[in-house]
Amino acid sequence: MSRYVLRRFVLMILSLWVIVTATFLLMNAVPGGPFTSVKLTPLVEKQLERKYGLDKPKWQQYITLLKNLCRFDLGLSIRERGRSVNDIIRNTFPVSALLGVEALVFAVTVGLTLGIIASLHRGKALDYTAIIIAIVGVSIPNFVVASVLQYVAGYKLNLLPIARWESFKHTILPAFALGLGTLATMTRMMRSSMLEVLSQDYIRTAKAKGLSSAQIVWRHGVRNAILPIVTILGPLIASITTGTLVIERMFGIPGLGKYFVESIYNRDYPMIMGTTVFYSALLLFMTFVVDIAYGLIDPRIRIARGKGD
Amino acid sequence: MEQTTVDMELSQEQELGRSNAEPLLSIEDLHVSFHTYAGEVHAVRGVTYSVGHGGSLAVVGESGCGKTVTVQTVMGLTPIPPGQIKGGRVIFNGQDLLRLSEKQMQSIRGKDIGMIFQDPMTGLNPTMTVGRQIAETVQRHHKISNREAMDKAVEMLSLVDIPNPQVRARQYPHQFSGGMRQRAMVAMALACEPLLLIADEPTTSLDVTIQSQILDLLQNLQERLGMTIVLISHNLGVVACLAKDIVVMYAGKVVEKGSSSDVFCNAAHPYTRALLRSVPRLDREIRGELASIPGTPPDLFQPPVGCAFAPRCKYAMKVCTKCDAQPIRIGDNHYVSCWLHHEANPNNPLKNQFENGGHTSD
Repeated sequence: MSRYVLRRFVLMILSLWVIVTATFLLMNAVPGGPFTSVKLTPLVEKQLERKYGLDKPKWQQYITLLKNLCRFDLGLSIRERGRSVNDIIRNTFPVSALLGVEALVFAVTVGLTLGIIASLHRGKALDYTAIIIAIVGVSIPNFVVASVLQYVAGYKLNLLPIARWESFKHTILPAFALGLGTLATMTRMMRSSMLEVLSQDYIRTAKAKGLSSAQIVWRHGVRNAILPIVTILGPLIASITTGTLVIERMFGIPGLGKYFVESIYNRDYPMIMGTTVFYSALLLFMTFVVDIAYGLIDPRIRIARGKGD
Repeated sequence: MEQTTVDMELSQEQELGRSNAEPLLSIEDLHVSFHTYAGEVHAVRGVTYSVGHGGSLAVVGESGCGKTVTVQTVMGLTPIPPGQIKGGRVIFNGQDLLRLSEKQMQSIRGKDIGMIFQDPMTGLNPTMTVGRQIAETVQRHHKISNREAMDKAVEMLSLVDIPNPQVRARQYPHQFSGGMRQRAMVAMALACEPLLLIADEPTTSLDVTIQSQILDLLQNLQERLGMTIVLISHNLGVVACLAKDIVVMYAGKVVEKGSSSDVFCNAAHPYTRALLRSVPRLDREIRGELASIPGTPPDLFQPPVGCAFAPRCKYAMKVCTKCDAQPIRIGDNHYVSCWLHHEANPNNPLKNQFENGGHTSD
């Protein structure tokens, strides 16, 4: 097991290195730089370039970047004057993560429940209701959901605050808007996965033992049906907890989401690199967690891995 | 002719009533259909058979003849819809199973009737230990602790000759071989000491050596525990050693039933004879093709009016395609549904061979 963890860790570092290199190359392949869009005298521009180390040859910049990354130093943001990228992530990620976790808890619990209910009532009214929710959830963009929620629940009914990030009440609308799409995906996946599992021979065996429907569904159905959900859950956690530009903008939430987008059109090199590395590291880590979780859920995978070591 | 048929039916019922006072399981005129997009499939069309306490009955017939649907209906495992029980009764231990609620059936399944299925590779839950799966059955029907149930599971595994049952009980199905899985299935089905064990093609997906091991095991257990077995198979060889009585089904109906010696040595229905002829044998000629039955079973969307086997039967007469034969008693407990054996048929081509022992080629 520890050998397996070690091997996975080395692989993660390697993948990160590839990602960093690719990002560096792509960033520099685009013509222009951080100061192209701002009117500066050549002298000021030179000084700024020196400050951020942009005057050095590319290979030196690359080496410095790698060295700093090894010390977990993501550098100074060019746009946000005087703030390091580490600082920005440290301040904004918890906000995005809290919102993301809320959205996920909502999406997973409701989505899985709907999926299970739908699969047990295949072809009946409940099934169609769940399918309609799933289709609606997938097809309506979250900014539309967000606006409708703000207008109806926030403005018309005055139930919940329209925007800002102050109390738990403020998190409900954005979490709902953010989670609805995921909820729909969960419903759809769990439904089809459950339907497949329920048609398996071992479900018939369970029935032949005299187990009640609830026992069959819980002990023999859900555990076997959950595997595909776990697979997508890893990447999903990574992407949803690192924030989204649209939802955070609409609700005035000081999250990490906007930096992913803004850093790119600002050509804020350290910020681009920082957000990319952070997101990739989180994603790789979540994938690793999912692989461990597989083994806990399905013993066949546990054994296969034991042999592979 | 109508009149004689009815008489025949009556005499059969009387006969059954006399010889087998109270069978453990008796299926009476069972009709089961499935509603599909293409129409209604008449899968079981009036099946009647019974098995007494401690008896062993084999149901044989080719794929799709309704043998599995019949026993799944007994267990209440037929999915409804698309399935529909159109008529008949299933009397088990004095009560009609078809009239019981789902809850009542749950307390009979696994406890009074155990069932093992065709494919042990997929019949066990891959994410639960084998011991747990056996223990689960026991706990469903008896109030005992997890520990006691696990002990019972270990005991059951050793009963079905699994070496190292203590260790094996804690393993998962994928750590078992095919034969061992089927043993585990048997252990699971027998865990609550059921009165009746239904084995639905228990050896079909196993290789030949394992097949005989499982059959030996079943035979052994039957003798030791005195339980009743209904064995479903399309393999006559499997049936020969285990069953005292045999029911031959074709296209959703019983075409012949009798003791195993009746059916093996004095097969009366042309279909049974054809089946027997198509069993590969070591003591017969080595060269030449294996015998087979030409044609295919009828489409059960529109079952034929007459005898379903008539289109494939070389003895088919006019009456066979127009009107279906009713069971005719031709031996002590031997019934056949075939016009050839009707008393109104003076020149029965099977008659002579039948008297000669039925093994001459025809």
